[in-house]
Amino acid sequence: MDDALKTKLGILADAAKYDASCASSGAGGRAAKKDGIGSTTGMGICHSYTPDGRCVSLLKILLTNYCLFDCAYCINRRSSNVQRARLSVDEVVAITLGFYKRNYIEGLFLSSGIIRSPDYTMEQMMRVARALRQDHGFAGYIHLKAIPEASPWLVEQAGLWADRLSVNVELASDISLQQLAPEKDAPGIKATMGQLKERIAEAREEKRRFAPAGQSTQMIVGADSTTDAAVLDASATLYGGYGLKRVYYSAFSPIPEASRVLPVKPAPLRRENRLYQADWLLRFYGFSVSDITAGGEGGMLDLDIDPKLAWALKHREQFPVDVNVADRELLLRVPGLGVRAVDRLLRARRQTRLTLDDIARLSTGVKRARAFLITADHHPLKLTDRADLRVRLTPPARQLELFA
Amino acid sequence: MSAPAAQLAAGAPRLVALAFGADHAGFRRAVRESVAAQDPPERVVWRMRAPGGALEAAGLFDTPAAPAAASQAPALSLPRAVAGLVDLVLCHRDPARFDLLYTLIWRVLRGERQLADNPADPLVHRLGLMAKAVRRDIHKMHAFVRFKALGAASGRERFVAWFEPEHFILEAVAPFFRTRFPAMDWAILTPVGTVGRNGEHLAFGPPASRPRLPEGDGFEAGWLTYYASAFNPARANPTMMRTEMPRKYWPNLPEARLIPVLLESAPARVADMLAREARAPRKRDPARAVAAMAHQAPASLAALNTLISATPAFVSGGTRAVLGEGPLEPDLALVGEQPGDQEDVEGRPFVGPAGQLLMTAMAEAGLAREAVYLTNAVKHFKFVQRGKRRLHQKPTGGEVKHYRWWLETELSFVRPRLVVALGGTAALALTGEALAVSRTRGPRRLGAHDGYVTFHPSYLLRLPDETARREAYAALVADLAAAKALAQAARAVR
Repeated sequence: MDDALKTKLGILADAAKYDASCASSGAGGRAAKKDGIGSTTGMGICHSYTPDGRCVSLLKILLTNYCLFDCAYCINRRSSNVQRARLSVDEVVAITLGFYKRNYIEGLFLSSGIIRSPDYTMEQMMRVARALRQDHGFAGYIHLKAIPEASPWLVEQAGLWADRLSVNVELASDISLQQLAPEKDAPGIKATMGQLKERIAEAREEKRRFAPAGQSTQMIVGADSTTDAAVLDASATLYGGYGLKRVYYSAFSPIPEASRVLPVKPAPLRRENRLYQADWLLRFYGFSVSDITAGGEGGMLDLDIDPKLAWALKHREQFPVDVNVADRELLLRVPGLGVRAVDRLLRARRQTRLTLDDIARLSTGVKRARAFLITADHHPLKLTDRADLRVRLTPPARQLELFA
Repeated sequence: MSAPAAQLAAGAPRLVALAFGADHAGFRRAVRESVAAQDPPERVVWRMRAPGGALEAAGLFDTPAAPAAASQAPALSLPRAVAGLVDLVLCHRDPARFDLLYTLIWRVLRGERQLADNPADPLVHRLGLMAKAVRRDIHKMHAFVRFKALGAASGRERFVAWFEPEHFILEAVAPFFRTRFPAMDWAILTPVGTVGRNGEHLAFGPPASRPRLPEGDGFEAGWLTYYASAFNPARANPTMMRTEMPRKYWPNLPEARLIPVLLESAPARVADMLAREARAPRKRDPARAVAAMAHQAPASLAALNTLISATPAFVSGGTRAVLGEGPLEPDLALVGEQPGDQEDVEGRPFVGPAGQLLMTAMAEAGLAREAVYLTNAVKHFKFVQRGKRRLHQKPTGGEVKHYRWWLETELSFVRPRLVVALGGTAALALTGEALAVSRTRGPRRLGAHDGYVTFHPSYLLRLPDETARREAYAALVADLAAAKALAQAARAVR
């Protein structure tokens, strides 16, 4: 790799890093043929972590950061003064394979600024994926960004080569999208997601490969005045109506060359963190959006404590819960008990009456959970109802931990 | 383990010497023998040999190990959960692992059959933590091995890596690398052994010490550039990073040497971003390019056909796209299922046996081939090869839908007065719904078009009995004539 190519790679990696997704999971098991390269294990692997704590699983780059669109929240909008670069199809293929052979990455996550036309751009991205699969027998992970403004047949094609496709919703509110991203069109984005949902479901039924790892999307939080409740409502619709695998939240962070119409102040990263926790509660813990937002005020989540604890503190009449008799649904609502801990707990209590020591072996969150639990040897008595319980359970301010 | 004095009192303990690392076979054999001899855990002393073969920590009670001859002891049947724990925990570095595992097995065989299913039991919990540590170590080795290029030999690229796993996981990780890199030769050297692939062969070797590795090449330099660029200084979070990528791995990760610099410079970079006023765009508002990008859809049938021809098939088989043919703005457009063997060879629709039958029927209905637009719902021949024959395969519903946009765009250029769906696949392509031809035959709205549904000629060819075939053929002729009449009436109205 020569210096010119390295410089371009640097520019286009920098331009792509504001997309939060880097997952390489969900493609199932697959292995290259004898003269090919690559495999997927279904689980996904993070090959490195940058000092922002985020996983580096895929080579996440743009084909080019030249762009005809003018989305205010995006560093690559046409009116930005950022340095521009463009990689050829062959260059992206070469870098992907070179990195893959050295075990730096699980595969490629390719996106692009819009050049010439959405169709032209989408086709170039597809050519990269096709060349990797057809010319090099590449069986690693490929995530393509689908451009909703491109013609439908290109989306149909992209799914043949990619493991995952994503269309970014960008903003939970259609009105904000109109104001901040004039070239984008909310109904068009949803139509593409709907098209993808159908094709993915049909292919699964017919046992064909078409984006086997499904579709995901990303919403930017904090660039407009949308509340957490509205963001989570949008997520619930996306999970329920469009069968999305993941919704990513990206706290609007200051970018070089920021647009004048945007807040210069970054959205608190903790807000993003709380949204991810809420997202988890939606998907795995049986919470509804109204359950979650009831824990906060005015449609915003409580930034100081996690949404599950916030809900529990406002619903103390439901606690304490007896771990030896309560059903799964209720146990999942106990702060400090995760899905895995609950499932282990259910297995263990078939054999023994659980004590607090047992719970400590089953869950790492016993300190928080004990105020809400009854075990064979423990009753929180009045603890559950104490006015200062919130203070006792609020973690001291410290370095933020972001999602994995 | 009980004190030596207690062991002495009970007679000589059983000494088991296992091979260096995760000696699955040796452990299993020793367990069978110990169980057969009814030796409780406190009477079995476990030792691991050093890589060379000598016993590690040879002690007072060491007696020569029993010969490794085929054991006479009967095999044990253990619950799946126990076997799973044994497999993982044997890879753990903790010398107590053998004793803990044997204790678990002993208790399971002495009446606590469900023991391993109780994660709250202290022993099961401890073994569970050990298994988790091994699993994590395996996962991290999959992730953090970094190959250095050695150049190619006999057409295969060669790579080498040095890695320091925490546990004895070499056998456990080897399949991952074997599957992932079938076309390259590689070696991973570690303090607990080496593993490598040379051509077809996977080979294990003795522990190694850190070799002199080749200098990083251009891709490694590119990787460092990539790593530095992917870091967002506004979100620095070293704690999170260290949780997932602990310092112990850093010496063997080329990118890790950038971490201090990236973290040090982050606050200044962020302050700089925040302090800087939003600048007005330096140059461009490429109004013309922005306006032009909206005109991307193919502007003519020819442009669409070029595009279709250049695109790989959505179905398996299809060697080339067979495009529609016929006049623009015809009375009728006939949409079939997909090209067959003959059509694929000649590159024209309806030239095979079914096409010939259709031409006969059309002639009887007073329709000339040249007057009608002929096309297919699916543009490629889907087939499986059976010996020398290419066997037609019906396209699935999902595959038909992949082609819908093309068909619709094609018909929007052709602008027929009436669209005839020949068979269910065409009807599905035109409406998006599965329709039974026998029940929907006749005039019908097909999506955005005035339409008509009838049999596909190949259906006639498949009918086994002569009478049925003759009836279906008559129906097809009648349908074509009726469609023609409808289209002509539509023309008169316009």
